[in-house]
Amino acid sequence: MREIISELSKKLHSGEMSSVELTKEYIEAIEEANGTINAYVHTTFETAINTAEIADKMLKEGNASALCGIPMTLKDNICTDGLLTTCCSKILDGFKPYYDSAVWEKLKANGAVLLGKTNMDEFAMGSTSESSCYGAPLNPRNTGHVTGGSSGGVAAAVCANMAAYGLGSDTGGSIRQPASFCGIVGLKPTYGAVSRYGLIAYGSSLDQIGPLTYSVKDAAIVFDAIKGIDKRDQTSKAYDYGNLLEGLTQDVKGKKIGVAEEFFEGIDPDMKAQIFEAIQLFEKNGAEIVNIKLPALKLALPVYYIIACAEASSNLGRYDGIRYGHRTTTYDSIDDMIYKTRSEGFGDEVKRRIMLGTYVLSSGYYDAYYKKACIIREEINQEFNDIFAKCDALIAPTAPNTAFPLNFKGASPVEMYLSDICTVPINIAGIPSISVPCGKDAKGLPIGMQIIGRKFAEATILNMAYFYEQNSEDKVGNYEGGVRI
Amino acid sequence: MRYELVCGIETHIELATNTKIFCNCTTAFGGDPNTHCCPVCTGQPGSLPILNKKVVEYAVRAGLAVHCKINNISHMDRKNYVYPDLPKAYQISQYDEPLCEHGYIELESGKRIGITRIHIEEDAGKLVHENGYTYVDYNRGGVPLIEIVSEPDISSPEEAKEYAEKLQLIMRYVGISDCKMQEGSMRCDVNVSLREVGTKEFGTRTETKNINSLNFIQKAMYAEVERQTDILEAGGSIIQQTMRYDDVSDMISPMREKENSDDYRYFPDPDIIRFQIAQEKVDEIKSSLPELPFDKLTRYVNELELPETTARQMFKYRRVAEFFEGALAEGASVKNASNLITGTIYSNMNTEEDKELFSVLISAKQFGELVKLLDEKTVNFKMAQSTLQQMLESGKSAGDLIKKEDLAGISDDDLTKWCQEAIDANPKAVADIMAGKDKAINVMFGHIMKQSKGKADTKKAESIIRELLS
Ligand SMILES: [Zn+2]
Repeated sequence: MREIISELSKKLHSGEMSSVELTKEYIEAIEEANGTINAYVHTTFETAINTAEIADKMLKEGNASALCGIPMTLKDNICTDGLLTTCCSKILDGFKPYYDSAVWEKLKANGAVLLGKTNMDEFAMGSTSESSCYGAPLNPRNTGHVTGGSSGGVAAAVCANMAAYGLGSDTGGSIRQPASFCGIVGLKPTYGAVSRYGLIAYGSSLDQIGPLTYSVKDAAIVFDAIKGIDKRDQTSKAYDYGNLLEGLTQDVKGKKIGVAEEFFEGIDPDMKAQIFEAIQLFEKNGAEIVNIKLPALKLALPVYYIIACAEASSNLGRYDGIRYGHRTTTYDSIDDMIYKTRSEGFGDEVKRRIMLGTYVLSSGYYDAYYKKACIIREEINQEFNDIFAKCDALIAPTAPNTAFPLNFKGASPVEMYLSDICTVPINIAGIPSISVPCGKDAKGLPIGMQIIGRKFAEATILNMAYFYEQNSEDKVGNYEGGVRI
Repeated sequence: MRYELVCGIETHIELATNTKIFCNCTTAFGGDPNTHCCPVCTGQPGSLPILNKKVVEYAVRAGLAVHCKINNISHMDRKNYVYPDLPKAYQISQYDEPLCEHGYIELESGKRIGITRIHIEEDAGKLVHENGYTYVDYNRGGVPLIEIVSEPDISSPEEAKEYAEKLQLIMRYVGISDCKMQEGSMRCDVNVSLREVGTKEFGTRTETKNINSLNFIQKAMYAEVERQTDILEAGGSIIQQTMRYDDVSDMISPMREKENSDDYRYFPDPDIIRFQIAQEKVDEIKSSLPELPFDKLTRYVNELELPETTARQMFKYRRVAEFFEGALAEGASVKNASNLITGTIYSNMNTEEDKELFSVLISAKQFGELVKLLDEKTVNFKMAQSTLQQMLESGKSAGDLIKKEDLAGISDDDLTKWCQEAIDANPKAVADIMAGKDKAINVMFGHIMKQSKGKADTKKAESIIRELLS
């Protein structure tokens, strides 16, 4: 397992190579492979070289951080001052924010080199990244399959060594599921652990930014750099995580790991076998396995789709063609302009969720849907609280399946929604979860395993993931392309 | 058929905080279009609101001033609707958990008009129509508002006007807004319905929006009552709709109806966490409230024994009242202080606004010193007036001015001397006075005033003359 950030950081800090040289390698790799993989939708190579030059200066001066000079990418819904940020939607065509997101501000201060913005499902709504207005990214592990979504472009770029790491956003699994499909690591932090300022909202009470990396240690380094309270995001919180890197001790002795059978219902037997093998490894090394029940799990999906869509229908109201993005060309009134702009600008999946959300909030339906969903959300939270009174962590599959084939026509929208079953409860409860590669299925596609923790227990789940990564056979391996330094 | 009027008023008041409700942009009125803006108040994708604590405090202040109960826990909701002046396509407002509830305003008659609730929300931007294009200016977007909803307790246009007037006065007094109706920092929506006298059920109501003067509230209501009466007498029925009052033609007419009825799809704003206002904070705000205007009026009349007309001239303007009371604290007399304020100082202030602002160069202490000179008869009223005028123009103290221009008090010896000179120089006038022709004394005053450069106290001079002649 490559610890890319640590390896590259060592080379840059020792002067073995410069950030400019490294950045050029990545640019070359992107130019070579992006035509096929379609991970990047906007590249920022010129700015990348400029920042790399600055990073080289910072490195020479000493005191540079572990991320200084390392080329990376951001999902296309994370705002970057003066650089295209379009949520892979026609409605944000040409949109360049005039402010930086909090996470990019922090990484920039660390000397990070941004290579470009990566592909995603339109407005982060989807599980395959196929609803992108720029076409779907392909899974580097098998280009006949999707990357997963919605942070599919980040997962593909990191997997194919077209970026050392990337930031995605996770509303119902959008970091963890593509990480699992592409055989890399994805961390969805606790709600409030990372500022959402500058993340273009989908479901505001569920959205959270987190890293996609090749290794657990890399994820810890990136999370460490982006976490923390931000006065521009009232929902962000301060928390003392201790030293996250020193916390990677691989010691799991005495840890109580919960396993809920509800997570394994109807999943591929191959997958189940691999994940139970992993659970046994923990047990063999001193962890205690606790069988638990999570009866509210089956309610998580409807609750998620009601709350996420309700919030989305309100969050996406602002795209009217007046201030930024796409505006229709011919119209006879302001109402007509807004109507046509939105009809042309949004794709089908976004329209479907806006309509669903509008419906569940309308008078006469509010109590039966939105209000009820909020009540059940509390029940789900309570179930998780009860579980975490007994366990230190939960282990579950990241998705009930491995990567779908491209243009998978067999599934209706609702069937596709069902594939989010393992990830959405985590967002509803606002707790952290990390997805790590856990073997391959019969088709050779990577399987993902989730380690789920208490609120702000990132240190615990990172250490458990690190233990697993360091003590299991690496059946997924590294992708044989892109930058190999 | 005889009808009675049922009316409730919704009032929007812009709060006078320095910054907007969810960002740090200025709330200053005017400015070039879209220069008082940032990603938050223009609803840029990815931006997030941060609730301004001052806004909550100001709203609590407003609530306490009209006897509301303050809800210690509250939250913000999203009110979703599409209009170009609303950049997020939702207004952040409060729906089912307003900050303040159950207050009232007492009219002169003693009748109380209930206040259902006061909540905080953000203002929208403004559309500007020019050269056949429509532009939008978001400077006003995100300016904090409170909405004050009254109970339908108002039963005449006069009561409506009085309610709004009192509300305006109270809100100005507690310093939460300048409440300028012309500039839109206070706007009233008036709900009107009629019902047969003796019935309990409400009739169908109409809402007349955005009335921007106190007089128009009354006029618009008369127009609407007449319109509704005509319809009902003709056997028709009232349609629930939004009306617009045109003050030029004094006509009321329905606004263009939207195709769909509004469904604002309110839900709690996930970006703003529920907030708490500790009871200690509420108590602190309560104790910081100034004496409320109508309490002050009562005190001026009953305790200070000011004539009601004079008291009414002063209590309305908080700064005037503070100035007046400041002078009293210096030991000035009620009568002379109030007379100099409503006489000399007000003659420099032509508009209500001037009195509201009450921007004077001298302090209440300086003013009090002058009044005391008058009280002690060191200067006469006329001189006190002219000295005050000079003080207002220069900002100097009475002491400085009187010394400098040699206007210090006249000694009894000098005055006696001038009186004797006047007697000696006017034997005819002396004879007339002795004969009981009191007016003849004016001839003597001519000499005395000339010698004293106009500063002599004529009453005192008269008594000296009479003594000398006796
Ligand atoms: Zn602003």
